[in-house]
Parts: sequence; C-alpha cells; structure tokens
Amino acid sequence: MSLLEVRDLRTSFFTASGEVKAVDGISFELDKGKVLGIVGESGSGKSVTAYSIMQILSHPGKIVGGSIKLDGEELVGADRRTLRNMRGSKISMIFQDPMTSLNPVFTIGNQLTEAILLHTDRTRKQAIERAIEMIKLVGINDPEKRLKQYPHELSGGMRQRIMIAMALACEPDILIADEPTTALDVTIQAQILELMQKLQAELGMAIIMVTHDLGVIVTMCDEVVVMYAGKACEKGTVDEIFYDPKHEYTKGLLRSIPYGSKEEGRLIPITGSPVDMLNMPQGCAFAPRCDKAMKICLKEKCDIIPLTRSHSAACWVNVKVAVENGEILPDSELTESEFRSLESAGDLNG
Amino acid sequence: MAKKQNKDVLVEVINLKEHFDIPMGFLKSKKLKAVDGISFKIYKGETLGLVGESGCGKTTAGRTLLHLYEPTDGQIFFNGKQVVTKEELEDFRQNASMVFQDPYSSLNPRMTVGDIIGEPLDVHKLYTTLGERAARIQELMELVGLSSEHATRYAHEFSGGQRQRVGIARALAVSPQLIVCDEPVSALDVSIQAQIINMFEDLQKKLGLTYLFIAHDLLVVRHISDKIAVMYLGKIVEMADSEEIFKNPLHPYTESLMSAVPSPDPETARKSKRIVLTGDVPSPLDIPSGCPFRTRCPKAFDRCSQDVPYLREVEPNHFASCHLLD
Repeated sequence: MSLLEVRDLRTSFFTASGEVKAVDGISFELDKGKVLGIVGESGSGKSVTAYSIMQILSHPGKIVGGSIKLDGEELVGADRRTLRNMRGSKISMIFQDPMTSLNPVFTIGNQLTEAILLHTDRTRKQAIERAIEMIKLVGINDPEKRLKQYPHELSGGMRQRIMIAMALACEPDILIADEPTTALDVTIQAQILELMQKLQAELGMAIIMVTHDLGVIVTMCDEVVVMYAGKACEKGTVDEIFYDPKHEYTKGLLRSIPYGSKEEGRLIPITGSPVDMLNMPQGCAFAPRCDKAMKICLKEKCDIIPLTRSHSAACWVNVKVAVENGEILPDSELTESEFRSLESAGDLNG
Repeated sequence: MAKKQNKDVLVEVINLKEHFDIPMGFLKSKKLKAVDGISFKIYKGETLGLVGESGCGKTTAGRTLLHLYEPTDGQIFFNGKQVVTKEELEDFRQNASMVFQDPYSSLNPRMTVGDIIGEPLDVHKLYTTLGERAARIQELMELVGLSSEHATRYAHEFSGGQRQRVGIARALAVSPQLIVCDEPVSALDVSIQAQIINMFEDLQKKLGLTYLFIAHDLLVVRHISDKIAVMYLGKIVEMADSEEIFKNPLHPYTESLMSAVPSPDPETARKSKRIVLTGDVPSPLDIPSGCPFRTRCPKAFDRCSQDVPYLREVEPNHFASCHLLD
C-alpha cells in the first residue's frame, strides 16, 4: 500500500460567476521516500491539489469528491481533530512566498516551537532545543540568535530555510512543497534544492514538489504528474515524461522551453492561451491548442490510460496509434470496436 | 574588437554609476551603489543580455540607460551623442523605449488598449489626424499579433501573454531603435514565454531593433542574446558572446551561476556538477571591500579583500574581473 493515495480528487471553487473545477478528478500514489513532482502552468490546479491534500482550502473552495488516503486512513470528510493531528506532524507544507507565509509579529523561535509543542509532549525547554537543532540542520548559523529574530530580519533564502525547518520539526512522512524556490534567485534556489535533497536522504520523507519549473522537476523528482486544466494529462517517471512524452501538451511544453544552446534555433510555442476555467471545452481541454486534435478530441474527454506500468496519458492520439497497430491498450476500458464506433461517429481525422 | 569593426555601435556606456541616498535616521543617509561603474557597448541590431540576481542593479542599469534616472556619474552615448538638453532628451525618448516585467501593473486599467498603445503617439505628437493615429495603432497591434477589434477593450480582459503584447506594441509606437526589455517574460507561463520570445526575435529581424534584454532566467537570455553581461552588486563581472560565456565562464561567479540553473534535460542534469555557493548576496548598502564577490567565492584568496578587480579583456572579446585571471 502506498503512503498516500489520491483517488479521483475533485475540488471546486464556487464563485459568483459559476463553479470552477480547479481540480477535476486527479489520482496518484506516493510511496515512502519518493519525490513526486506536480507540474503545470498557472491555473492548472497544481497548488489546489496540494492545498486539498492538506485541507487548507479557503472559501469558496471545497473538495467535492474523491478520496485522499494517508496510510489507509481517509482524510476527505475527516473531523477537525484528525486533520489537526495530521497537519504538521504527518504531512507538512512549505509555501512559495517565504515573505508572506511567516507571521511578521512573532519571533522565529515562537513560530518554530509552535508545531513542536502542539504535536509532541516535549516541554518548552525541549522544544527550544529541538528548534535549535532544526535551524542547524537547515544550515543557518547562530541558531540561538535566530530564535529571537523576526522574519523581516532574515533574507529570502534564510526565511525559506526556516519554513523548511518548521515543516520538518515533527518529522513528517510527507512534505508538500508548493513552488518552494520560485521567489528565490538561482544561486539560492540551488542551495534550497540541495538542502531538500540532503534532508530527504537523511530523514527519508516523501516529497510532493509542486512547480512550474521543468528544471526543478528534473533535479528533484522520481515521478511526475503533468497537469492541465485541473486534470492529470500525463503521469510517469522523469525519463518517461522528458524523453518519451505521450500527451500532446507535454510534448508542446518540452518543445517550447529553451534548453540553452544557439543551435536549437527558434522555439516552438504552444499556440493560443490557457483555457478559461469557467468555460471549459466539452472534449479534451487542450484540444483547442493542440495541432494534432481530431474530431473526437473536441467531443469527448480521454481518460488517463496506462501505457506501461509507470506511464499513463490521457490523449486520444495514443488510442489512435494503438488501434492502428492492432494493439489493445492494457487496462483500457475502451475496446477496439468502441473506439471504431467513436471514430466513425466523429470522423476521426476530419 | 577587430571582428566587430564593421558594425555600428548604437549604445556606448562608459563608467556608468547610479547611487541612491537611503535615509538612515535623522539627517543621516547611506549611499546605495545600485550601479557602480559599468561600461558596455551594444551594436546595432544585436541583443545584449544583462543577467544577475535580484539586487545586483540590472534593472537600475536599464532605467538609467534610458535616462529614467539621472546618472550619478559616467557617460551614455546613443548613436555617438550624449543626451544633455531637454530637446535632446525628447528626441532620445523617441528612439528608445522600454518593455516592463509585470504586464499586470504596467498597463493602466482605466485606459483602453488602443489608448495605451496610442499614448506615446500623443505624447510625441506623431500624427496629424485622428485617422492617422487609429491606423498606426492598428498597424502596431497587427505587428504584435493582436487583432484590431481588441483596441476598444481594457487590459483586464486579456491574458498575461496578450497584455505583454500590448506592452510591446506600446514600446514600438515611437519606432524606436533601442528597446530595454526588463524581465519581459518572467511573469508569463512557460507555454506563453516561447510565443513572446519568438516575437521579440521576429520584430528584431523585421525592424532592425537593438535590445538590452534584462532577465534572471539564464536559459532564456542565452537563447535570445548575442552577448551577455553578468552583474554582481552593481558591477559587471564578466562579459562575452553568449556561447562563449556559457562554454567557457572565466569568473567564479558566472561559473556557479551557470551551474546553478537546473537543466530541463534529465541526461544533462545527471552529468552536470552543481557549484552551490554558500551564503546570501550581501546588502548593496554594505558592499564588501575589494572584490564584491569574495564573501561567497569558493576560490577567494588574500588579495581579493584588498584590491578591487577591474573588468579587462582576458581573452579576445571576453571580459572578466577576477584576480585569479591575472
């Protein structure tokens, strides 16, 4: 059994102009000690997925369906006490902006010991010792002095280290990192990524890395979920996603980024703009921007279909290729005849 | 310089300084040396990439170049001439413009897109009839890939990528020779970045534009620039052709900056060795003595704390400022 199992998670925001399905049926597992990356553009639902797992969505966001199981225990619909015990001790989270996610009116020491006092039976003195230990662990010198300082006295990189120290103080099984390095400079980003890798190796926790930066994904992750318009469009190992992408969006994304050489010539952008979440297309959300879109893509959403044991994608093009090769996709609920009927109904290539 | 002699220099900056007075309590102030003696040339039709971490002075350098700040010291030559009088400044502003980082806050929410793009035309009185103005706005919108019916809409109706197109159209309105692009793609989504980068390249070819491209994303800068200058605490520490500086970085800071960029290619990422710098960038209010990079430099030695290294041509067309290279 996986450490964390997310099944068909759906989270919506009920806004004045209608329901926005920010996360629309996403499933994944996370094993002990693994690093899972969730990558996508702004509005793809990657952060909302993270917030849903922690259940810290603010109004008008709500989990409307699905299940999140931590060590077999259901978290969706759990009472506040269970959630309170879970947050910070079993799953903890670090946020994008270390400037705004630390409380400016409390000292670092105060904020660091809060979680320790809440989740363990340590005394205040022991909690301070633990806090000092954590500050040392994340590579900040002068820990005793830092305890008495306020967040504004620290640099951005140091604040992010404090956030990590806070998140790891109770030795959680899972650390969710929501764009942990986006607000930081490259040299500081390199420090934080290295620190996270080191701590992961030492403490053996699992990490969910939410980011839009494909370079960060490559550096940190074992497996990747690519999100587009609230859905997982592709899942796989880093090598599968980067060397053998099977969803047209993933392919487009990898084509559109500069790898840093003059020989690469012009970039190949994805045309159009990201979807309007209030007016989602009927079929595949990416179809209006996809240059391989077929008629079926505009009519019907494709389920995420396993291609190998670890790799799956939600793209009709794969189904078409499989049907043409006379293969039956493993575990696909769609039989060839069903697909043929869809094909004729929609005139697939038209 | 022999190779480049046939090219015309559009912008030449010599020992440019921009210091700000920061009040530190009653009647006291401290000098913030945002830009502290930088020199570079930009050739016509080329792109100079200016990279560095936040607080290194790259944005200030771009703004001072456009005379948005009065330089504390140093000279800026545009087409071989310095801007002194008010008339010259007005003339200069028709030849140089700017694209800003944030496409959300740099467009007035109360103006229609047509008026935003037309504002530089109004300011510089570049039309005689209103019909002419409308035609020019339409032409500019087509140039950046917006349709002309967008002219009556407001900025909030557009996505980030489209807003940045509006910002670029506004910059193009005066038919400038030079555009200072201050982090023009860093606020955009990855899939949109490529569209805007391609557009910058197309416009450069079509209109013969010269860019000063300020960014912190090294992969983007490498893609678009002919030459790259790396800044650290107000000084240029290294400058060379973009391929050269990536293949053969001479300054320890450039080297670690290049290696810190996480590669989006798994094979390259596995092979590359990261040089992780310790510590943070010192405050620009309190720049270390000698070489400003010495506090984080893995190769620093005695001399680095005493002498300030100067930018010099270490290899042909490759400038660096480091005592190790002496």
